[in-house]
Amino acid sequence: MGRMIGILVVSLAVVLGVNWFLDSYIDQYVVRVINMCGISIILAVSLNVINGLCGQFSLGHAGFMAIGAYVSAWFTTTLRYFDEAQAKYVAIEPMFSSQWGFVPALIVGGIAAAIAGAVVGIPTLRLKGDYLAIATLGFGEIVTIMITNFETIGGANGLPGLPAYSNTFWIFAFVVIVVMFSWYLQRSTFGRALIAIRENELAAEVMGISASRMKVMAFIYGAFFAGIAGGLLGHLLQTISPATFNFMKSIEVVVMLVLGGLGSMTGAIVGAIVLTALPEALRDVESEIGLVGVRMVAYALVLILLMIFRPQGIFGQKELSLKLLGRLIPGRKSGNAGGEE
Amino acid sequence: MAEPILEMKDINVYYGAIHALKGISLTVNPGEVVTLIGANGAGKTTTLATICGLMRSKTGSLRYAGEDIANAATHRLVAKGLVMAPEGRGIFPNLTVEENLLLGAYARADKEGIQKDLRHGYEIFPRLAERKKQRGGTLSGGEQQMLAIARSLMSRPKLLLLDEPSLGLAPLIVQTIFETVDTVNKEGVTILLVEQNARIALKHSNRAYVIESGEISTEGNSADLLTDPRVKAAYLGEG
Repeated sequence: MGRMIGILVVSLAVVLGVNWFLDSYIDQYVVRVINMCGISIILAVSLNVINGLCGQFSLGHAGFMAIGAYVSAWFTTTLRYFDEAQAKYVAIEPMFSSQWGFVPALIVGGIAAAIAGAVVGIPTLRLKGDYLAIATLGFGEIVTIMITNFETIGGANGLPGLPAYSNTFWIFAFVVIVVMFSWYLQRSTFGRALIAIRENELAAEVMGISASRMKVMAFIYGAFFAGIAGGLLGHLLQTISPATFNFMKSIEVVVMLVLGGLGSMTGAIVGAIVLTALPEALRDVESEIGLVGVRMVAYALVLILLMIFRPQGIFGQKELSLKLLGRLIPGRKSGNAGGEE
Repeated sequence: MAEPILEMKDINVYYGAIHALKGISLTVNPGEVVTLIGANGAGKTTTLATICGLMRSKTGSLRYAGEDIANAATHRLVAKGLVMAPEGRGIFPNLTVEENLLLGAYARADKEGIQKDLRHGYEIFPRLAERKKQRGGTLSGGEQQMLAIARSLMSRPKLLLLDEPSLGLAPLIVQTIFETVDTVNKEGVTILLVEQNARIALKHSNRAYVIESGEISTEGNSADLLTDPRVKAAYLGEG
């Protein structure tokens, strides 16, 4: 526990330093791509707990993100609604109007998403595989449809004017937290119980593991961090709309996991970075050779080739271990804490 | 005779319209090895599943150590000492041998006791000690069965339910597995053993029940059943 706090403090200090460095010396476009990578990492690592460790195929991650994004925006953004009696727009001032209110707003968003995770998890416990995927997909659609019909938060037009609170520091602080939590979780009894459910649910039950409770816990954990990522994304883009969180977003996160290797956290991190940065990197190539659209073709080609030659993903279920890093860096270090980005 | 550790009375279980168990009654006394033999589809595994709470009986009573467990949740029975080693070995193929064993102790919190039992498990199954860091799925069939038994022992069972431990194993390995069944029993674990391989099950048990189409057709001492002409003809391929 003490060691964990130590690593956390050191990592956060590193992230703060990196944030300063990026802001001072690096092109803002590159910083933007790095920040998007960070958000993708949070999404992929948290989804890996549900889909990878526990083996429950969820396609509802975008729904949890949407809840986190809109709930945190509710606390930080000036909302307007049309008042019939006065026949004019009335503003609702934000509850937290400074940078300091950002983290509480994010956490409230995360908690709201976690509650939604429990609400989705409990009735869908009996569903497996494709059926669960369809049910969670349905959940994501319900969330976006509800937002579309809720005028106070912008409805279908989306909600503009979110304050630009997200920066490299906040995003990577949460990357560090989710990576550390998930890393310890994977090695804990709780993590082993989740894997046991994935491997053989019946055997897990007769070992005394309550599969239903564990599945709901996995959903709550994944949904919480998806909500945080949604909040971070909202305050980075500054405008959110239901279309930002449609089912393609969920599928994107699943593809990141599959690319990196379902069940491997380091795989999830690599998958998230590759799939976020690759289209951007290819953009330069595209303008260089003057063939517009080649970018998306190359992107698809990478995925197809990978699935042909390495269907288990880049890492399979293996982790890039601390031992390996320890051999590269003399004296054990915190490893893959985002600080290296 | 002491109070039975397990008592099933008039158990009826259905799979939809199919009447799988038709009024099964059986008892297991502390310290015994009791075997339930029968052909494919006779209801052996269903009987175990009912004891574990995976299937529910519409009638009768199910008592374990004097307590009614007819409606108990499966995962709660482990803490009470009622543990099953599922059919087809049911190990976790992508976890290491040691992680598999530690999951067996999931319901326990005493770290020292767990470490002690882990060492003891490796003593009973030296093959597992050699393969500690190997993934469960890479073990041979016999080793996987050993792992499944060793894993069940990690939860300190009072009553161990073994579902077809000989399934798909070479005769020599089956022999080894049954020797460990004897060892485990000598250490004070009561065993209810479900088997298709009637001969070896009868040799390694005290009492036996024969199940046919969901009903107990014969019961008695294992030694007597080995020489019973009907059992011989139907299950031992003699006479």
